[in-house]
Amino acid sequence: MSLTKTLILALIATLPLSLLAGQVWIDPFGPPVPNATAILMELRLPRAILALILGAGLGAAGAAMQGYLRNPLADPGLFGIAPAAALGAVLSFYAGFAAQALLLPLLALIGAGGAMGLLALIAGRSGGIALFTLAGMMIASLAGALTSLAISLSPNPFALSDIVTWLMGALADRGWYEVRLAAPLTVLGLVALWRAAPSLDALTLGEDAARSLGVEPTRLLWLMIVGVGLIVGSGVAVAGMIGFVGLMVPHFVRPFTDQRPSATLVPSALAGALLLLIADCLCRILPLAGGELRLGIALSLAGAPFFLRLLLKIRRELA
Amino acid sequence: MLEALGITIPGRVSGVTAQLHSGRLTAICGPNGAGKSTLLSALAGLIVPDSGTVTLLSKPLDQITPQERACRIGYLPQSAQVAWNISVRTLAGLGRMPHRTGDAENARAVDEALGLMQLEGMADRALSDLSGGERARALMARVLATQPQWILADEPLAALDLAHQQALAARLRALSAQGRGVVVVVHDLALAMNHADHVIVLDKGTVAATGAPVKALSERVIADVWGLQTQWVGEPGHRALVM
Repeated sequence: MSLTKTLILALIATLPLSLLAGQVWIDPFGPPVPNATAILMELRLPRAILALILGAGLGAAGAAMQGYLRNPLADPGLFGIAPAAALGAVLSFYAGFAAQALLLPLLALIGAGGAMGLLALIAGRSGGIALFTLAGMMIASLAGALTSLAISLSPNPFALSDIVTWLMGALADRGWYEVRLAAPLTVLGLVALWRAAPSLDALTLGEDAARSLGVEPTRLLWLMIVGVGLIVGSGVAVAGMIGFVGLMVPHFVRPFTDQRPSATLVPSALAGALLLLIADCLCRILPLAGGELRLGIALSLAGAPFFLRLLLKIRRELA
Repeated sequence: MLEALGITIPGRVSGVTAQLHSGRLTAICGPNGAGKSTLLSALAGLIVPDSGTVTLLSKPLDQITPQERACRIGYLPQSAQVAWNISVRTLAGLGRMPHRTGDAENARAVDEALGLMQLEGMADRALSDLSGGERARALMARVLATQPQWILADEPLAALDLAHQQALAARLRALSAQGRGVVVVVHDLALAMNHADHVIVLDKGTVAATGAPVKALSERVIADVWGLQTQWVGEPGHRALVM
């Protein structure tokens, strides 16, 4: 059975199970649970769908980034779009409690859009990958510094606490509003990355050979900015910072493919969706004093040892 | 015909004119920094000259779409780096990218390219399991899989041992004999002398000599360009250069 089919079957099997798990367990064969329909339809289903959308986006964006930079350590966060979106979101905490919930995703999207525009402005004409990466790092560093400034000037201690908690990334308390916001943007981003896939394959041979095969570097760069930007921007807008998915997932699927970036794109999207669905479900059911484990923290905890293992493997290969 | 008409790329080549004919094996020779790779890149349409033009069948290269150019001109860069540990067949398959043909036709072209490079037996091996010579042949198979009219290769013989050098040079000759235009950058003047139909010698970004190998690589040209006193010995087709 192909990798893609296996992952689709795993998703079909996991999705209904994930809906049953939580602080209130719903046993379909047991006695009826009060408000079961509301819990399923208003709380768990949108949350699960959001996990699928964000996971698919981040997985595919990771595969595309690793293909684009020809580097197994590349991550969608490298372009500075996530920190810029986080900066936008943090600014919404200045708007006051009433306006904040509505403004947060919008300001995050504006932040992501600003980073995409800045990337295009700096590197868009030359299409050079090194300049692009450096521009991304510069934007990430600037957005990170401004976020810290915004936090340090926080209007009151409650806002400070909200900002810090929100930055950790989570899917708790997200509903259909967030799904409606993230789904179309992520799908658009996935389409852009899918269109970039053949060029990413050609880049396997280096920039010169890729151009000789008809790849247009500027077109590819725009597809990457739009694809990664929409996915990461909308992800941060609805869920905060969720790292490591884009870095880890392509490594899980690559050994089962012929290793071309285009061959890892769809399996990475499916595996990313599966990973985020399971991780969010575990966060929900893990007993933790004072509420849920934040998804962003859980993934970083799981991701750091994985990253270390990857570094050691690369070191062995270089030796 | 592929032609460079007075192309200038500041700091690299200046006013270079070269005419390349299909059905010929052309060698570009010259000392380090003479502008060989730059000229080859310009001929492949990868560098747009500041002045002068490169034309393919009298049409300026920058007026041809990248996809059409890619179908006609295959280019092998000097770097043998491949980012992922793909198989030989997958590598050769990348050469089909410019063509929008079906799987069956792509597979046929890939098989033919692997056959030309004698790689049939190792089509499913990963690149990391190949020797340097096998890897160089696999990279050339990728260019051949495109089935281009022109093959432009930057030092394709450099990583090969003597036997594989001779074999690949003979294969490039055979490809040009079939009517393709083959242009290679080579450092080994004896390989150029024995295998090329036409030689372009570059020095400090300009054309120092051009023509049949016997003329363009004469002992006088070598003395002028490389500053070495040398002598060709042996029979035509089997010449060697002695200092």
